Amino acid sequence: MMEKIHLFVNGEEYFEEVPSNSTLLYFLREILGLTGTKEGCGAGECGACTVILNGKAVNSCCVLALEAADGYVETIEGEARNGKLSKLQREFIKHNGLQCGFCTPGMIMSAKALLIKKPHPNRDEIKEAMQGNLCRCTGYEAIIESVEAASRECEE
Amino acid sequence: MDYHYIGKGIPRLDGVEKVTGEAEFVQDMFFKGMLYARIKTSPYAHALIKKIDISKASELPGVKAILTGEQAYQKLGIYIVDKPILAVDKVRYFGEAVAAVAAVDIDTAERAIELIQIEYEPLKTLLDVEEAVKPDAILVHEDLGNYKTIPDVFFPEAGTNISNHFKLRKGDMDKGFEESDLIVENKFHVPQILHVPMETHAVIAKWGTGDKIKIWSSAQSPYTLRNLFSIALNVPLQNIDVTVPYIGGGFGGKAGIHLEPLVALLSKAANGKPVKFIATREEEISTLPCRQGLAAKIKTGVKKSGKIVAEEVEYLWDAGAYADYGVNITRATGYSAVGPYEIDNVKVDSKTVYTNHLFGTAYRGFGHAEIFWAIERQMELVAKKLGMDSLEFRLKNLLRPGAITITGEPIYEQSGNVIKCLQTVADGIEWGKHKSEEEKELERQTGKYRGKGIAVLNKAPAMPSNAATSAIVQMNEDGSVRFNVAGIDMGQGAYTAMAQIIAERLHIPIEKVHTVFETNTDAATYDWQTVASRMTILAGNAVIEACNDMEDQIFEIAGIVLRAARHDLALGDECVYVKQFPEEKIYYHQMAVGYTYPNGNAIGGPLIGRGKSIAQGLTILDKETGQGRPALDWTFGAHAMEVEVDTNTGDTKILKIVTAIDLGKVINEMIVKGQIVGGVIQGVGTAISEELKYNEDGRLLTKSFVDYKIPTMQDLPEKIEVHCIETPQLDGPYGARGCAEHPMISITSAMGNAIADATGIELFETPFTAEKVYLSLNK
Repeated sequence: MMEKIHLFVNGEEYFEEVPSNSTLLYFLREILGLTGTKEGCGAGECGACTVILNGKAVNSCCVLALEAADGYVETIEGEARNGKLSKLQREFIKHNGLQCGFCTPGMIMSAKALLIKKPHPNRDEIKEAMQGNLCRCTGYEAIIESVEAASRECEE
Repeated sequence: MDYHYIGKGIPRLDGVEKVTGEAEFVQDMFFKGMLYARIKTSPYAHALIKKIDISKASELPGVKAILTGEQAYQKLGIYIVDKPILAVDKVRYFGEAVAAVAAVDIDTAERAIELIQIEYEPLKTLLDVEEAVKPDAILVHEDLGNYKTIPDVFFPEAGTNISNHFKLRKGDMDKGFEESDLIVENKFHVPQILHVPMETHAVIAKWGTGDKIKIWSSAQSPYTLRNLFSIALNVPLQNIDVTVPYIGGGFGGKAGIHLEPLVALLSKAANGKPVKFIATREEEISTLPCRQGLAAKIKTGVKKSGKIVAEEVEYLWDAGAYADYGVNITRATGYSAVGPYEIDNVKVDSKTVYTNHLFGTAYRGFGHAEIFWAIERQMELVAKKLGMDSLEFRLKNLLRPGAITITGEPIYEQSGNVIKCLQTVADGIEWGKHKSEEEKELERQTGKYRGKGIAVLNKAPAMPSNAATSAIVQMNEDGSVRFNVAGIDMGQGAYTAMAQIIAERLHIPIEKVHTVFETNTDAATYDWQTVASRMTILAGNAVIEACNDMEDQIFEIAGIVLRAARHDLALGDECVYVKQFPEEKIYYHQMAVGYTYPNGNAIGGPLIGRGKSIAQGLTILDKETGQGRPALDWTFGAHAMEVEVDTNTGDTKILKIVTAIDLGKVINEMIVKGQIVGGVIQGVGTAISEELKYNEDGRLLTKSFVDYKIPTMQDLPEKIEVHCIETPQLDGPYGARGCAEHPMISITSAMGNAIADATGIELFETPFTAEKVYLSLNK
């Protein structure tokens, strides 16, 4: 059954129709065409589909699109503004915090949600907040360094 | 030598597209009229297929094609052709694809799958390699003797479960063991594990009119995929175009051919509509291949002095239901069966064994991470029996210049330096430093005991002796240079390394190297496969040769225009100039597509350089003795680890890992160190938690990330230290050799040795879960 949905994605307002059983991930990827958010497991176990919903990181494969009604969603497509990368994006490149790039959008959104809540997390807090985001390539060290560097940039 | 780009930590060139989410993976692709596929898989590990009823499914509106083994019967196999696209007559593992549907949307396809009814007659299952090699074992493949294979390279034994038997014989075993003062024999086990690329296997295929086939796939080896597809489905090569966009990790699991023929046949059955199939995570785990299991037996004869005189090795590989790359893993681990040690008398039997487990395939390390669990644990146990420090024991036996490997290959200075790697890591964890009395007392009080372990490693690319690659560099109108290789950059950073080589060689800024991250066989030049840590060395050499070819053309034109002899010319800063009078020059952009004189006369034409490379001097190994030259390059390395075992719980914490790899020459320090850390942590996963588990009927139990745990950020050691040792490989690009797989080899053995040092318990099987350690402590 189709339902009407109203919400904001990366600051843009949308009025759409969505099957009532659709996940937020499906809505973003298949209806809005925002394919930067990836599906890695479809079960909330890998974090590849992480987006920010009303200021908090969520696995968008485990949230119904309708749960986001009237809410504010931020995805990787909203990170770079006016052709300029965000500090997290810049630091991920500078510190090699990515390899294949498949987990990267989710990693960056998870890191962003952490920095909103806690602008200067220590290493343990980063690990705690981002342990739900799996990466098979990097061994995580460079990701942690990237987040730490972005957090330092917050200070400046 | 001073370089502008070689060795420097240039940020990866795919960074921007990946951090913005703009990088397009197969999952993200869409075509008009596209159908969606789902598969029905076997609930049995071994069963006859008695009946398949698709009538209800075919009546469902929106279903466009249904296939079973009746239509998709063609067999696949890179080295032994043994796997039907969909199961025919019987299923051989839990999760094997039996039927497939293409429908207008994913929900319809899923409903259709549920409506397909299959009757099975369960058969006895074979779940243990040691059982499977017994003469009276039931057979997984009754028809092995008739399967196509590569003769003289692989040796299937008809009427058994052995799909390849690699033999190596060197010296005199009886004499060797007679001369030994001590003989130590042990058995070791490694369970099957998973690749876990974050992107599951993904394919879109379109079977057009006139058998024109387009495939978009998350594949590591587009050319080999095209070739195997052509053979299996009897379609000419030129009709098949394989495109590989960004791929989300491979680790060997996306090499060769997997889902592409099935998806293409669905498209054919659906009148040529494009069909998309994205494996679910559960299918990625239970239907797509894994890493083989291993049962190893090693018997070592050694002198009191510590010199190893004889070693007898048996490797039984649990290939699961199909052989895939497994037969070549058997061969590759057969010729490096004793590790980087010089031993005069050696007997090796390495066998690929069918069982009713999930089938295995290539995996980062190509069997070496598994055999090194056995090799480096055995070295530790032999040293202990000898009463000798295990570092000293290893140093007495390691390969050094002048040594001969077990296949008869001489080792030179330029082969790499395993001794330096080992000494570097031993120093890194202060090997040999004794605990103070206070530290010992603290351990007794807390029950938390610290220990150190070391382990060496080596591996060569495992590939046919004639595996080749090629490259083209083409100058754009503005003097930028586009390059074209068909090896895939799946995140390892290979294209960034290629761009650095081009920038260095042609004297252009790296920003002017035009790097394209999508590859397709209609446009790209030939490459065998992106596997075996071979891309830097082989594609790197091809790219250098292509640059040399372009340089020749630049000099030819410049010689005419500048009226100079070739030896008077040089390249520099996007131009060619006369060495003695540097202001006499032509900028690349002036000659990129031909040089035009002021009066309009033009000479030359578009600058296109061609390069190629092929494995040099390799031979087929002797069938009976395994003698010959199998290795393009040996990459050596070592790890040292310090752990703390909580004897109250069995929990093991990794305090420090020190890794040294002799990679010949660093091309990109940041990227290679990132790759090494990634490999080390992948190795940590196999050491602490990763293991496929089955019930007694062969049903897979570990089908999600809840049941199959890979490392998270919380599993990181407190410290990882990486050392790049640089002993140049004379035929490598700038002296480089491959090191993609090596970081994960021997992580388990270093950790097992450290746990033994901390607690005295000797483990013979991975992984070292808290439960396993605790039970061993309290035996």
